[in-house]
Amino acid sequence: MLLIHCPYCEEERPEMEFRHAGEAHLERPKNIAEISDEAFAAYFFYRDNPKGVVFERWRHLHGCARFFNAARDTVSDKFLTTYKAGQPKPDLVGAANMNIPAKSGKSGK
Amino acid sequence: MVEATTLQRTLPLEGRVSSGPRVTIRPAPTAQRVSLRASADAVSAVSKGLGVDLPITPKQSARAGARAVLWLGPDEWLVIEEGERDLLADLGRAKALYSAVDVSHRNTAIVVSGPAAADTLNAGCPQDLSLEAFPVGACSRTVLGKIEIVLYRTAEDVFRVECWRSFSQYAFAFLAEAARAR
Ligand SMILES: [Zn+2]
Repeated sequence: MLLIHCPYCEEERPEMEFRHAGEAHLERPKNIAEISDEAFAAYFFYRDNPKGVVFERWRHLHGCARFFNAARDTVSDKFLTTYKAGQPKPDLVGAANMNIPAKSGKSGK
Repeated sequence: MVEATTLQRTLPLEGRVSSGPRVTIRPAPTAQRVSLRASADAVSAVSKGLGVDLPITPKQSARAGARAVLWLGPDEWLVIEEGERDLLADLGRAKALYSAVDVSHRNTAIVVSGPAAADTLNAGCPQDLSLEAFPVGACSRTVLGKIEIVLYRTAEDVFRVECWRSFSQYAFAFLAEAARAR
């Protein structure tokens, strides 16, 4: 079973307690009523789907119930690090293809 | 003529018991329960009202007499009162902004006890229930098979499983089936 480190519970917990919740760090345009349809579509519908590191929202639904963010490698399915909602993207340079944990990561998974 | 009728409230698992040499599964008696949400600045006032310091460390509980407070999340607790003290009246004395919802009858509880209690629960609960990872007093919202539960270890070989009333038949049957193999 995959173990995921919850930054609020401060420990690794079984994947069955978690839900994936889409791409992280999407910012809603402040002038959303004025932007073009194309710009709105880009914000609302289009998502990156890279091979490698992705930044995602996850929710510890059957645990502390908190949303948090995770950096995950879509090739290896490894969680590089997890961090609390609202925190900036962690620096993961070099971590993507080498499968090494990020410096700021606690879980090491 | 109208005949007088007396309604009696019964536990959803009234009378059920499953017992074997290494594990016993039985419904817990009735209890008052409150789902509590409070931000950090309300914690001390709410603690004073309850007469129990709200635990602020993940997976920890606090207890005073027949009252237990279980940490569920950074601003969320489950309070269980098995005695006579009025839980909501005590909370009403807390001078702070917080939310307390009476869930006494939403939940019911199953007590799993005996040397194989942890093994029985692990048939459907994926958490590490060793004494190192889940010591006496530890508590957590988690899953049991297909349902969500709150698990609370009250002694080395005794666990309280809190689940929603409508899921309790499933929870009991699951645990009884798991116990057969222990
Ligand atoms: Zn958590």
